[in-house]
Amino acid sequence: MITTDILIIGAGPTGLFTVFEAGLLKLNCHLIDALPQQGGQCSELYPKKPIYDIPAYPEILAGDLTDKLLEQCKQFEPGFTLGERAETIEKQEDGSFIVTTNKGTQHKAPVVAIAGGLGSFEPRKPLIDNITDFEDCGVEYMIKEPELYRDKKVVIAGGGDSALDWSIFLSDIASSVTLIHRRNEFRGHLDSVEKVQELKNLGKINLITPAEITGINGNGKVESVEVTKKDEEPILVETDHFIPLFGLSPKLGPIANWGLEIEKNAIKVNNALDYQTNIPGIYAIGDVNTYPGKLKLILCGFHEATLMCQSAYQIINPGKRYVLKYTTVSGVDGFDGTRKEAPKAVVKAID
Amino acid sequence: MENPDINITIIDREGVKHQIEAPTDMAMNLMEVVRSYELAPEGTIGICGGMAMCASCQCYVLSETELPEMQDDEEAMLSEAFNVKDNSRLGCQIQMTPEMEGLEVELAPES
Repeated sequence: MITTDILIIGAGPTGLFTVFEAGLLKLNCHLIDALPQQGGQCSELYPKKPIYDIPAYPEILAGDLTDKLLEQCKQFEPGFTLGERAETIEKQEDGSFIVTTNKGTQHKAPVVAIAGGLGSFEPRKPLIDNITDFEDCGVEYMIKEPELYRDKKVVIAGGGDSALDWSIFLSDIASSVTLIHRRNEFRGHLDSVEKVQELKNLGKINLITPAEITGINGNGKVESVEVTKKDEEPILVETDHFIPLFGLSPKLGPIANWGLEIEKNAIKVNNALDYQTNIPGIYAIGDVNTYPGKLKLILCGFHEATLMCQSAYQIINPGKRYVLKYTTVSGVDGFDGTRKEAPKAVVKAID
Repeated sequence: MENPDINITIIDREGVKHQIEAPTDMAMNLMEVVRSYELAPEGTIGICGGMAMCASCQCYVLSETELPEMQDDEEAMLSEAFNVKDNSRLGCQIQMTPEMEGLEVELAPES
């Protein structure tokens, strides 16, 4: 069981900045994120795109913002459970919460801050009627263990980097790789596109374009897929695995079943005070919350995180006194023993 | 001063037709117009914020209105999206201009 003061769901910009603000109040944080890396949307969707409305940064790349937030909160030693999705929450008799992930990792904290952005990123599933029947029986939306495909026949669908890269990678492992895409053009790094072309010429990748998978056949597991080229009769391609790689899209997911008040796909909070939800001890900050006048901006998430931490302090340390301090005046004492402080002014007399 | 608004028709995902006025002087795109009128639930449209990266604003163009030519990123996104038809466009890539008076689009299903 992982224990902490503030359990943060979501390691995007708002979640990461919460670690810093909580640290100033000597509160520990642990973050859960369904993605395998920190940064949320900023690192998953657009790491190389610039953001222009972070105060004091005329321009910063989303990936760089993530790096700087990690650096800023580092001395407060946040814990991370990455690649796991927060699934259930249970309130304990002592008022604390236990949050369990889809992989069974348990976390206990007196305060939970949901900084889940648009939700957790889930693979986009192609619209094939019986596809769910074959999930984990030959249909995989992401490749976790490449060895699973050794000496197997594999069909990959998609036209982006992950479809290209995995086709290249698996061409050395699988007995056959068929790549199917709706267009003749692929959107990927030039290197990857050229490599696939080369492997196609060598007969190591079977490329079918422009085409779509229109059906899956098999008895208990995938045995073949139906491939349809435009204006042609469908053909059957024998395969052991079908791997659709159509990117990820965010879904609010299990959080929607936590008994929180939801409006417009977001969690309603008390914005007059502290961004607490209808369940005391559970806060929602950043893009995941809603209140009158809400704006989904990173800078608003930072503000919400700051106010939320002050309120969380009162829950964790009931009745204990605290006054707001300025980091310039009091410095920053890390949990790792480091101290940052402003240099003292030089005092010297003039003769 | 001339009225910078144009009249356009949007059929929402439930099939309901909305005749609305869209400003052309606020640098708004079609996805943002749909959001400003709340014609699709928040969180189901414009998820990526308008970067042609999620296809949640896909729509079918029903009128003969001349629209800006499709750029590479829009084309690439549509090639991976679902429910795509020949008249599919991403609303976020269509900036509202006075020439689009009379535009009629239908929102594609959520996916």
